[in-house]
Amino acid sequence: MTTLAEFAGTVGHALEMRGITKVYKVADEEVVALDHVDLTVASDEIVALVGPSGSGKTTLCSIAGGVLSPTDGSVVVAGREISGYSGRQLTDFRRESVGFVFQTVNLIPFLTARENLLVVDEIGRRLGRVARDRADQLLAELGLADRAANLPAQLSGGQKQRVAIGRALMNDPSLVLFDEPTSALDSSLGDQVVRLIREEMKARGTAAIIVTHDDRITHYADRTVHIEDGRIAE
Amino acid sequence: MRLALREMRRRPGRFAIATVILTLIAILLMFLGGLLDGLVASSTGAFRAQRADLMVYSGNSRNSLERSRIEPDVRHQVESVPGVTRVGGLGSVQLGGRVPGRGARDLVPTVLFGYELAPRGLPSTPPGAGTVYADDSLRAKNVVVGTTIHLGPARSAVTVVGFVSDTRYSGQGTLWGSLETWRQVLNANRPDARVGPGVVQVLVVQRAPLGGAGLAGRIDRATDGATTTLTITEAVNALPGVSQQRTVFNQIIGVTVVIAIVVVALFFALLTVERTALYGVLKAIGASSRTLFVGVVLQAVVVALIASLIGIVASLVLDALIPAGTIPFVATPARLLSSAVVLVVAAVVGCTFSLRRVLRVDPAAAIGGTP
Repeated sequence: MTTLAEFAGTVGHALEMRGITKVYKVADEEVVALDHVDLTVASDEIVALVGPSGSGKTTLCSIAGGVLSPTDGSVVVAGREISGYSGRQLTDFRRESVGFVFQTVNLIPFLTARENLLVVDEIGRRLGRVARDRADQLLAELGLADRAANLPAQLSGGQKQRVAIGRALMNDPSLVLFDEPTSALDSSLGDQVVRLIREEMKARGTAAIIVTHDDRITHYADRTVHIEDGRIAE
Repeated sequence: MRLALREMRRRPGRFAIATVILTLIAILLMFLGGLLDGLVASSTGAFRAQRADLMVYSGNSRNSLERSRIEPDVRHQVESVPGVTRVGGLGSVQLGGRVPGRGARDLVPTVLFGYELAPRGLPSTPPGAGTVYADDSLRAKNVVVGTTIHLGPARSAVTVVGFVSDTRYSGQGTLWGSLETWRQVLNANRPDARVGPGVVQVLVVQRAPLGGAGLAGRIDRATDGATTTLTITEAVNALPGVSQQRTVFNQIIGVTVVIAIVVVALFFALLTVERTALYGVLKAIGASSRTLFVGVVLQAVVVALIASLIGIVASLVLDALIPAGTIPFVATPARLLSSAVVLVVAAVVGCTFSLRRVLRVDPAAAIGGTP
């Protein structure tokens, strides 16, 4: 339960992580993926999370998005303390409060661009017409209005990534997590996509964490956070 | 759920193998069931047609129609039991019949029944001496109204005056006449089994609406054990081979259902493994395991329904194409629908084996969040 003082402290923050530790058990060994990490992201801030492979950036992102639970520490997203949530509560939280854009795009191959956006509604509150209107609006804003009826196989890499961004925005999230969104794109296309991410996030006042290896992305972020061996080094 | 249905519509090829295998299983289930129904129907029609509640056999007959003999004095004892409203005699004799238009040695196996209480589809007054009603199945043997059939070695002539349906006995077409006609034909062709006036093989008994409880026992006590009284259902089950046929076919049907469960379980387990990444993404964006599993079950049910529908159509076509009197196959709505229900249940049971896999899909794996 979040106290009034805690709540007051989180107002204006999309994400507040305090003392996050994540330990995996691999065979008989314990692997510390995150070691007492603190991270705060303002409500319209774009943070680039940079670090080498295995540094813990994806784990951090997963905990922020309610996909993983921390071994220790507190996670508050848009005023909701989620670190003690059950599996079912985390599922509801992910559906309602965060957006994900995955490294490998991961659109559903047998659904059109528009239907890929509407999946979020189908597995959630089922708003019907409201959701359909929102999907059409997002596709138009992302320059995909004429591609709404295309299957992912009929879209270019950049278009697919834009559809994935649209899907992440369907539930009007407080926080969108991008996991290496440009890794499958060439440099100019990657640049376009990151610029689009910035425009969309800023236009909506939505916070974003972009996990990346790519230093060029950091130019579009408000802040760059470096992580190494499970520790933040801003 | 719409997601699961869209996948089936957009990627029908993915479900083709399972649909084809389940369709073959559906056809097999319905064919086996139809054969069982056909065999049982062709063995028991004469008994099922009785508009009575009980059948009274002689006590030493071991519930065999052929061995049973009821004498007139026993009949009087049965008629006097409280709760008995109507009693009729029934007799039968199995003989080869010579039908005009067929070869002299091409005998049609028949069973001539003599009756008093009219079975379903027959007039309440039995036809006159030397005339009979014939079972529908004998039409396939060139029998028509007016045909005179010569029965047995004595070539006893009986003339067909009409038809009645679903009254076969022991897989043979039946002829229905008066007890007098039956006695004449029996005594002429089976000297070893001759019966005197008033003697019948069994009695069929109608009971009073409120006086039926324990009537069979009361009849047997009234005759001092000279009779064994069975309900019509018990009499049907006591017919030679009926319960054995049911047992054997039901066991084969049971094995077929188990195979259907295994096919569905394997197919959807493979499909679930293929979809692990997709399920990971869907879980990451907020789909519950329940939503995903309901989708799997829905797909299995749709595959089973399509297979059942094709099976039903195939069974009906088969039923129409099989010439009468060859294979004892009957496609009844009850059998077809029950087979479809069994197949759908098997599909649901089969895909529950995928439940654990769906539950174990980790959304963190979709974004590489686990080591």
